[in-house]
Amino acid sequence: MRAIVPGPAAGEVVTLDEPLSLWGGYDPESGLIVDGAHPQFGLSLSGKIVVMAHGRGSSSSSSVLAESLRLGTGPAALVLAEPDQILVVGSLVARLLYGKVCPVYVGDPGAVNGTYVELNTGEESLGEP
Amino acid sequence: MLLTEEDRARLNGEAGEATRIAMELVLAAGEAVGAGSLLDITGAHVDSCLYHGLASLDFAERLSGAGGAVTVPTTLNVTSLDLLHPELYRGDEVIAARARKLIDAYVAMGCRPTWTCAPYQLVDRPRLGDQVAWGESNAIVYANSVLGARTNRYGDFLDICCALTGRVPYVGLHTDEGRRATVRVDVEVPDSWLDDDLLYVAVGHSLGKSVGTEVAVITGLDDRADEDRLKALGAVAASSGAVGMFHVEGVTPEAATLGDACQGRPVERVVTLDPGTVRAVVTGLSSTTTGLGAVSVGTPHASLAELESLASLCSGRRTMVPFYVSTARDILATAGAAAEVIEAFGATIVTDTCTYLSPILEPPDGAVMTNSGKWAYYAPANLGVEVVLASLSDCVESAVGGETVLGSWA
Repeated sequence: MRAIVPGPAAGEVVTLDEPLSLWGGYDPESGLIVDGAHPQFGLSLSGKIVVMAHGRGSSSSSSVLAESLRLGTGPAALVLAEPDQILVVGSLVARLLYGKVCPVYVGDPGAVNGTYVELNTGEESLGEP
Repeated sequence: MLLTEEDRARLNGEAGEATRIAMELVLAAGEAVGAGSLLDITGAHVDSCLYHGLASLDFAERLSGAGGAVTVPTTLNVTSLDLLHPELYRGDEVIAARARKLIDAYVAMGCRPTWTCAPYQLVDRPRLGDQVAWGESNAIVYANSVLGARTNRYGDFLDICCALTGRVPYVGLHTDEGRRATVRVDVEVPDSWLDDDLLYVAVGHSLGKSVGTEVAVITGLDDRADEDRLKALGAVAASSGAVGMFHVEGVTPEAATLGDACQGRPVERVVTLDPGTVRAVVTGLSSTTTGLGAVSVGTPHASLAELESLASLCSGRRTMVPFYVSTARDILATAGAAAEVIEAFGATIVTDTCTYLSPILEPPDGAVMTNSGKWAYYAPANLGVEVVLASLSDCVESAVGGETVLGSWA
């Protein structure tokens, strides 16, 4: 795995069965999936290592990710199959404004849904933007 | 990453603290996706002006407080409020006050207060080959597909950073290679279906579900796929998937032929949309078919042509349920006679925002009918309402009769 927003993370792995648009699909107040059409509707992503193939839908998802990190309801880390600027920027802005780090990795986490994992790429931080 | 001297100066803070922060984020975003260099842009459309919580406001005030000023012409997306008709807002006053502060921050940075999700309907829209940085998923897909302008899918925060620096990572849809169709979607339906607006919603929804982030070329459509129908197609494709661009063979500007869209190379995949699939998508976008409580049209913001079509359908008639039409203030300003007819019909014209974003709808006594696949997609989760997808004429007939009328798709 490659870190596109570096940093360590630990938590339960949640593998999304379908891509999720955080905007309209994820409630930053509760940390729950609220997209009724998503197969994991109602599931909490708070503190989880969220594995998703790629982002989907709204360009507002950066804001929703940053807001959930501000509120402390956000994921512990994101693991994507492909890099996604929208999620990277949401994570970086939360770090800039609030010092909240939500690493974003690209690749196969090699971990099974529901297991607890610790991620640490050992890379230096990019530095504060 | 190959940087120019000007880029380095921006990174070093020589153009001010706001530009330094913006440049850091543009660079980080570019490195995440493997960009080798940055590119100048000629315009931007910023979605970050829509309030999504304090993170939205904290970031905007950090930039505007540090003296941030856009370096390219920049339009603004919808807000959480209808600034022309503030009495329509039924939400929390604390949030409204923060939304106004957010608006002030973006206007202070020199953005144009256009407040529309359809900046491509403004007079000075980008042209074929223009490099821009647009936010708002429906605007992005329209700029690339229908105008032939070039933008990646810029999310909140990054859009204003591009506008402040005038620079974007040179990757993806900014490049020739990134615009090549790798999937072909064959629409194989009876010819008369091409006259039906809902066909385009169904094609868009299927496109989003089947291609993800890939660029597709759609075959089987013709010049009946006008700008408004392509708008509807792209908007729902960017909701059900992460579509940033599509081609329509013989219709869109970079797809005069199939070979042009594919840049002379074979596609990797072919998807066929048959009548059964199309019908299932249309019916699947409705969560119910009974109990009409309200109607909402104009998502994305209605064009002048769409307001005129609505006016001709509702002229001399009267709606029996709350009926909302969302559009841009600049479009409304040119819609004189049509707007009068629509208001005489009893409809509420909403500007600057959208009925699925802002608490404007009175809690409906029943399902909400819409002609927008995007509205049907997002409103159930955002507003907790049932939706019925229907053509514009069925929306008007239902509103006049006070009960759901579904024409050919029932």
